[in-house]
Amino acid sequence: MITKDDVKYIAALARIHVAEEKLEDLTKNLTDIVGYVEQLQKLDLENVKPTSHAVPLTNALREDIVKPSLSNEQALSIAPEAKDGFFKVPLVIE
Amino acid sequence: MKLHSLTAHQILELYKTKQASSKEVYDDVLTRIKTVDSKVKAYARLSTQTSAGEGLLSIPIAIKDNMCTQGEEITCSSRILKGFHPPYDACVIEKVKQSGGLIMGFANMDEFAFGSSTESSCYGPTYNPWDLLRVPGGSSGGSAASVAADETIWALGSDTGGSIRQPASFCGIVGLKPTYGRVSRYGLIAFASSLDQIGPLTKDVTDCALLMNIIAGYDQRDSTSVNEPVPDYTKALVNDVRGIKIGVPKEAFVEGLDPQVRSSVEAAIEQLKKLGAIVKEVSLPHTPYAVATYYIVATAEASSNLARFDGVRYGLRQSPTSVRKNALMDMYEETRSKGFGDEAKRRIMLGTYVLSSGYYDAYYLRGQKVRTLIKQDLDEAFKDCDVILTPTAPTTAFKVGEKISDPLSMYLSDIYTIPANLAGIPSISIPCGLSKEGLPIGLQLMGKAFDEEMLLRVCFTYEQNTPWHTKKPNL
Repeated sequence: MITKDDVKYIAALARIHVAEEKLEDLTKNLTDIVGYVEQLQKLDLENVKPTSHAVPLTNALREDIVKPSLSNEQALSIAPEAKDGFFKVPLVIE
Repeated sequence: MKLHSLTAHQILELYKTKQASSKEVYDDVLTRIKTVDSKVKAYARLSTQTSAGEGLLSIPIAIKDNMCTQGEEITCSSRILKGFHPPYDACVIEKVKQSGGLIMGFANMDEFAFGSSTESSCYGPTYNPWDLLRVPGGSSGGSAASVAADETIWALGSDTGGSIRQPASFCGIVGLKPTYGRVSRYGLIAFASSLDQIGPLTKDVTDCALLMNIIAGYDQRDSTSVNEPVPDYTKALVNDVRGIKIGVPKEAFVEGLDPQVRSSVEAAIEQLKKLGAIVKEVSLPHTPYAVATYYIVATAEASSNLARFDGVRYGLRQSPTSVRKNALMDMYEETRSKGFGDEAKRRIMLGTYVLSSGYYDAYYLRGQKVRTLIKQDLDEAFKDCDVILTPTAPTTAFKVGEKISDPLSMYLSDIYTIPANLAGIPSISIPCGLSKEGLPIGLQLMGKAFDEEMLLRVCFTYEQNTPWHTKKPNL
């Protein structure tokens, strides 16, 4: 069971602001979905190892060779706001 | 001649005998788009390219709106990426361009590929060319509809839980999700990185093999790309299934399966038997848990992947109207709240929840363990068969609006397609019938890792002996 307070808490973690009028529906949707995935609780998973990737992967290493990449200008050209070669964000510290 | 209604291999024949030029094909497909796309709405936007180039494989192609293409706007059909012009090409786009491919446009999709109906796009829904009141499936619904409506010759989509195969099934075309690692994901805007794979949507199996020849292969820039030799997939187009072992899971024919889908798939099984295949029952006891597992694993990965959309480096930035916490935090929240649609918010929040402190072991870790069991079921079944056959989707295309307010019922339309993503194995959907309402029905085959050739061979044989791939919607 997910409560409205849970939803507000998760929303804050996810950096999403949920409007008050959407809270009810969202709480119900998430309760339904979490209720559905509860079925996994009945499986005995005692000695089962978790799978994070279907294909077993070890570190993918390559030679450390300098190659062309995006320039500062190219990267900043698509930024919402940029200044002096940096991404500009709203004031963080006074 | 209606060039737009041809397959790629038919067009290549015309090129060879100088009966058509790439410019004629390009112009004809563009005219077709202008004639029918106002009804189908398969494209989010057309390419800024305005003329046909020349190349060995100058075939019109539609690209799902989540593959970075330099000089174009690419948005994942989300408001949060409106105006995003990637400064580089995805690996598959480089390969398509090198082959001479004619990029017609960028196909509509569920926002960030979150959906099975293409209704969650910020551009509004795409409609199924077979019945404009119905969805084309999703999330690669625009790619599938563009192929079915002859608004392109072939298309690229991406598949995280069925997003190529389910729309291929709903639109009566061929859709392949290759083995995880077979096609580079460099430049594919990520949804769930341990599941995502790019693949072809085509009018027939021969085209599927041809497009795989273009896009498959190792790429150092995708660390999950696998360095295995790439075969010539057209060599797998052999009209012979004698002795090939086809496993049919007893769990596949369960409650919720549309009787018409069931009978078409059963008829396909009989047909394959007649052609000499050996059909045997297998068991995949944990597949009933696949959807639940997927919605933990996929949303967890999505919540992490989509954290990058914060209004700082690209895409939308929304300034807050009032100060709630602090200016930077407010900007993040405002941007993400305005930029993401409802389904994206739901999935990000579900993923955040299953990864959050106190719930990680109960959900995410548990999900990963059940993933192991589902993969083991498939490994076990493949010890005794070459391919596994199921329906692609439990129903034919549903009506626009039918499932949009009930996310869970939408999720269940991927019940047959999800296991292949969890196990990383290749899987294909091909048309195997039409319902009495005239809607396409899809047949799914799963294969062993890196054995796309076996899938192509069985499907090619089935296709050569059945009429379904020649059926077209009346638009």
